Amino acid sequence: MNTALDTPPAPTRRRPDVGHILGGLVRSREIAVLVVLLLLIAVATFKSDGFLTGDRWRDLLLTPSILMLLAAGQTMVIITRNVDLSVGSTLGLCAYATGEIMSAGHSPWLAALGGVALGAGLGAINGLIIAVARVPALVITLGTMLVYRGILLRWAGSDRVNAGELDPGFLDLGTKQILTIPVLTILSLLVVIAVGYYLRTARGGRELYAIGSDPDAAALFGLPIRRRVLGAFIASGALAGLAGVFWAARYGGVSSNAGQGIELQAVAAAVIGGVAIFGGSGSVWGAAIGAFLLVTINRVLPILGVSDFYQQAVVGALIIGAIVLDRVLSSRAERRLAVDREATS
Amino acid sequence: MNAPLTSTLDRAVDERTYASYQRPFLWRLIATREFAIVALLVVVFIYARANIVGFDGPLTIYFLFLESAPIMLLALPMTLIIITGEIDLSVASTMALTGAMLGIAYTKWDLPFVAALGVALATGVACGLFNGFLVAYLKLPSLAVTIGTLALFRGLAKGFLGTESIKGYPEKWTDLTRERLSDGSSYPQFVIPLLLLTIAFGVLLHFTTFGRGIYEIGLNDEAARFTGVNIARTKLILFTLAGLVAAIAGIYQTLYSSVARGDSSVNLELQVIAAVLLGGVSIFGGRGSLPGVVAGVLLIAVINSAMRLDGVRTEVTNIVIGCLLVASVVAPMLLTWISGLVPGRAGPTAEAPPSTPAPEPPASGGPSLDK
Repeated sequence: MNTALDTPPAPTRRRPDVGHILGGLVRSREIAVLVVLLLLIAVATFKSDGFLTGDRWRDLLLTPSILMLLAAGQTMVIITRNVDLSVGSTLGLCAYATGEIMSAGHSPWLAALGGVALGAGLGAINGLIIAVARVPALVITLGTMLVYRGILLRWAGSDRVNAGELDPGFLDLGTKQILTIPVLTILSLLVVIAVGYYLRTARGGRELYAIGSDPDAAALFGLPIRRRVLGAFIASGALAGLAGVFWAARYGGVSSNAGQGIELQAVAAAVIGGVAIFGGSGSVWGAAIGAFLLVTINRVLPILGVSDFYQQAVVGALIIGAIVLDRVLSSRAERRLAVDREATS
Repeated sequence: MNAPLTSTLDRAVDERTYASYQRPFLWRLIATREFAIVALLVVVFIYARANIVGFDGPLTIYFLFLESAPIMLLALPMTLIIITGEIDLSVASTMALTGAMLGIAYTKWDLPFVAALGVALATGVACGLFNGFLVAYLKLPSLAVTIGTLALFRGLAKGFLGTESIKGYPEKWTDLTRERLSDGSSYPQFVIPLLLLTIAFGVLLHFTTFGRGIYEIGLNDEAARFTGVNIARTKLILFTLAGLVAAIAGIYQTLYSSVARGDSSVNLELQVIAAVLLGGVSIFGGRGSLPGVVAGVLLIAVINSAMRLDGVRTEVTNIVIGCLLVASVVAPMLLTWISGLVPGRAGPTAEAPPSTPAPEPPASGGPSLDK
């Protein structure tokens, strides 16, 4: 038996108890990842003076804005015990569509809306196949990853959307900063907070956790599993679409390989941030911090003298490290009393 | 239940894996996934010969085998792994890493070529052992583990090689991959080891205790444990075999293309999985057979080669393979759904992968999704 199936469903809310809350906070995954992130930044700043200044500071905050959105969508899907590997291709397709709509002379608002709607549509295709035909998300989204990327390559060819074709106001979005914090980062933080709040408090969000914790129990309880899973995939697709819009704004152009391979980083960010791959636990905030950690590691590696060709290996090692850590933590927690189980979630 | 390929949308109740003996022999023969895929293969092959210019040429079969050999190799252990209900997404990355190690050992460390081959094989086995240890003994979900090692092995290959691509292998060895069975034969020599390996895996899966244990694990690992199947050891062996075969494929690919690159055979694992699933192996484990997989692999190979000859660009081939992958999972569901609609049929046809519950108890049959 898989212990992940036996772990309790999403933690039940207890009466507030300061000591308990503090204890939970100290042991929470989000805080742990945040501490690692801060340590990493400290080391990098110590090694290289200019690490937190000017363009590097901006880049350090700007790059995760895209990954954060993908990781938030991925978290919603993984919580329901599925996975969405098509987000990279969805991002590319939506980014290109956004650029094309804008270069056809339409307003950037319409273009952004188009990008997000296209993403939601692509997510709906995934969700419908998975929910209606009851087939594993892994296989379907592997398939649609190839298909969506193929469609983009066919559509774009060797063409690309250049900065000149984009609306100047839209391009400003990619460079504008408020109090040195890039606007895109602020926007995606707001989105992440909204998604996280929904998952934590709304009925639909709690049902996603319930479905992922124990599908059979959720079915017996009468939860609308199909609808919720479909919803999670649409949300993931729409967030990938939004990430595509951000991509166009941030890089000031789109080519057909936009977002290639980023789906692994999205999964990695979620898993590192404490989202259990077996569903039922984890939070969007954790995934967002995971996204920051991944990007920061990539920036720090060259400073520490590691060739950046190893980036992908680091991502892989982190995924494995995170799931091994989860297993160790959860088996330790199982030996403790049920109360302590809350700490690992 | 084993749920590495986790899906909320649980498999339905039909667990029968034997043929439906109340039906006539011919029906039992025809109404199987394997037969359907063989028929599809024949149809596609005939269509390609008739309609695609150059497909009936003498070089087609030769290059079809040369180009698809890695998929054919990797599909063998992948079949066994998927039948246990696990999955290995890291095989293509293992290939790239072993190819990189072969190049590095031969050109950088100046080892004799045979020793470099040994290094590459050892690398593959180590990769497989690593996956297998994490999945079998730490009981981690293979999906997550191999997504991780997919990135890890690929990253190592890219890290070791950088932008370099290592060339200059002994011609004796690179020529070996292209040698024909006999002069003028349209089969490369490579089909002989391929055939032997296929037979070996077929015997292992279908005619040994070990192989029956693989099915048992996929159907019900709890029951397998009680009947004395050593689940952890079986899985460790299978993942190690996958690593070893991936090393062979990696060496082959390096010699065939005469170059080791960090980004060779990206996404190949998808084609392998598509071929295995097309061949009638159930993604939920416990079902499938090697002959079906061989037909699935050949189907993918024929499609690849026919589309290339037709001048179709690779991205369209990718679209087709993606659609095939989706269809290979969705089709059995549709088939059983349709056969459930036909009145007078008690249940789904034999060997049909997971199906909807039998119609009698409409809502209580297993973890039904309909609320």
